[in-house]
Amino acid sequence: MASVSIQQTQKYFGQTHIIKGVSIDIADGEFCVLVGPSGCGKSTLLRMIAGLEEISGGQISIGGKVVNNMPPKERDIAMVFQNYALYPHMTVRDNMAFSLMLAKREKSVIDERVGKAAGILGLNQLLDRYPRQLSGGQRQRVAMGRAIVRDPQVFLFDEPLSNLDAKLRVQMRTEIKELHQRLKTTSIYVTHDQIEAMTMADKIVVMRDGLVEQIGTPLELYDNPANQFVAGFIGSPSMNFLPGTVMRSGGNVGVQLSDGVVLQMPSGTAGADGQKVIFGTRPEHVELVGGSEGVAAEVVVVEPTGADTQVYSKISGTEVTTIFRERHDFKPGSTIRLRPDPTRAHLFDAANGNRLAA
Amino acid sequence: MHAAVKEPAVPRGSGLGALGRLSNNVTFLGLLFMLPAAALLLVFLTYPLGLGMWLGLTDTKIGRSGEFIGLENYQALWDDDVFWLSVRTTILYTSVASFFKFVLGLWLALLLNQNIAFKSFMRAILLLPWIVPTTLSAIAFWWIYDSQFSIISWALTKMGLIHGYIDFLGDGWNARWSVIAANVWRGIPFVAISLLAGLQTISPSLYEAATIDGASPWQNFRFITYPLLTPIIAIVMTFSVLFTFTDFQLIYVITRGGPVNYTHLMATLSFQRAIPGGNLAEGAAIAMAMVPFLIGAILISFFGLQRRAWQQGSKD
Repeated sequence: MASVSIQQTQKYFGQTHIIKGVSIDIADGEFCVLVGPSGCGKSTLLRMIAGLEEISGGQISIGGKVVNNMPPKERDIAMVFQNYALYPHMTVRDNMAFSLMLAKREKSVIDERVGKAAGILGLNQLLDRYPRQLSGGQRQRVAMGRAIVRDPQVFLFDEPLSNLDAKLRVQMRTEIKELHQRLKTTSIYVTHDQIEAMTMADKIVVMRDGLVEQIGTPLELYDNPANQFVAGFIGSPSMNFLPGTVMRSGGNVGVQLSDGVVLQMPSGTAGADGQKVIFGTRPEHVELVGGSEGVAAEVVVVEPTGADTQVYSKISGTEVTTIFRERHDFKPGSTIRLRPDPTRAHLFDAANGNRLAA
Repeated sequence: MHAAVKEPAVPRGSGLGALGRLSNNVTFLGLLFMLPAAALLLVFLTYPLGLGMWLGLTDTKIGRSGEFIGLENYQALWDDDVFWLSVRTTILYTSVASFFKFVLGLWLALLLNQNIAFKSFMRAILLLPWIVPTTLSAIAFWWIYDSQFSIISWALTKMGLIHGYIDFLGDGWNARWSVIAANVWRGIPFVAISLLAGLQTISPSLYEAATIDGASPWQNFRFITYPLLTPIIAIVMTFSVLFTFTDFQLIYVITRGGPVNYTHLMATLSFQRAIPGGNLAEGAAIAMAMVPFLIGAILISFFGLQRRAWQQGSKD
């Protein structure tokens, strides 16, 4: 096990700048998730750590050793690929034993380690099958088995669950997390799915366009997003954003929305009088109110999921998602009144998207 | 199978004629649709093959229809030294040329599968020997091997490596190696392009996984590329062996079987005896004698082509 340190790392593909100076410190035993929309450079960064892509600038070290010019096999890492990359002509046993066979380990050692990994992953019955004879989830497990057998310093996962169906994905998510709790090997996990990131990570790195937007624990990112991008990316359904203007008069602070409605904010709220802002509120932090309180919203779609009800509505032309624990049966087109919880709302600078510090 | 296809229910006496009922009959339609293919096979494959078999059992000559003489032609061939020479030459020609076509073709395919400059241009160039008409390239080789004007002899002399011109086609063994070289040159594109297609079906992530697992470039080839390519190698080499064994054009243009029958293949000897020699029956018998070898080659490939366990689908 080892820590991983990424310092000012750069990557160019020809003239294209893919990674624009990324620095991340991952502690020993930590489960770190790189998350971001497609094309943000997260997979490239992972492949640079693995040694499959050259590092154009900066430095990556594993366990204190700089690995920039080290071939993959000397980095003591194991990688689980999105398409599993199982060797189709080898049995499950041979797939898992391949790295040890290449390292010329003794047969008894190989058998013991393959057996142990198979035991952990419940693959004992499948050792003599070929990948083609396995289901998606089983292949996924073999891919992890191949990584475990090597007992590496770092596990690298490249969107390992995206080829599985929704139910299996949730199941494997839990299995990977359990496995990490058991083995405590430093893991770096790439995904575009923020739910995977939230549920599995000790530390989340949100990336966009080759840059790190924010690093933190799942709840830090959820509660204190650094900017509008992170706020919109983390959390499902995603945060609602309403354009508005800060209004200060005496000790009172409010945000005036485009149709003139003023939302009262707590007294410590940042923002100068007249500043253009984006008012952000999570769907679960909106209350349904009666009378003339709150803001008028026109119902667009109501989606009951059983556990809760999601209501899509429009506040002065902007679509807003709300989620209620109670069951509601609004008619599309009818008007409801919503009141965002001001203490849990976020204000972002309309000019650059950064959150206004309280 | 037929049960799966529901025949439309035609009420009895609904007015449909015999033709109408027939056009709804799946079996009849099946046979009807197979007719064009069957006709082609019959006219261009079964008939010539049958005729050849028959001619081999007669004493037909050009201009004189023969009579059935049983296996006499084959008995004569059994004692015919030239025939056995051509068999040995054919086997040598096929095995040596196929070996080099395989090795060089695989090597070229591996090279072209890398990210090299002008990749598509190089691939196009590779196909040149394949698209040039065989007779034209054979004539080119004829010049290259000419005893007086050979460019090879000229170049080697200029470089000071040899002092006399090489008699490529006048010496028996020289002639054999020369035609083998020409055949290898001509056959490499087929092997290389087919294997290149096979290489491109191998997912790059397998190499990445193997590299992380600690495989060197040679081990990547040995444990990933080669085993995954074997099904395609089996197909390509079967065809290559069949083409080489039945080769005619190159030999006929470059040496006509000479010197002193040293480069006669079974195909050229068969033609030589049947058409210029006029002995149709004997030529047919030689051609028929190729069949057991070809069947042998097909059987080998049949076992080579059998689906391996890892290619098969789920057991349950």
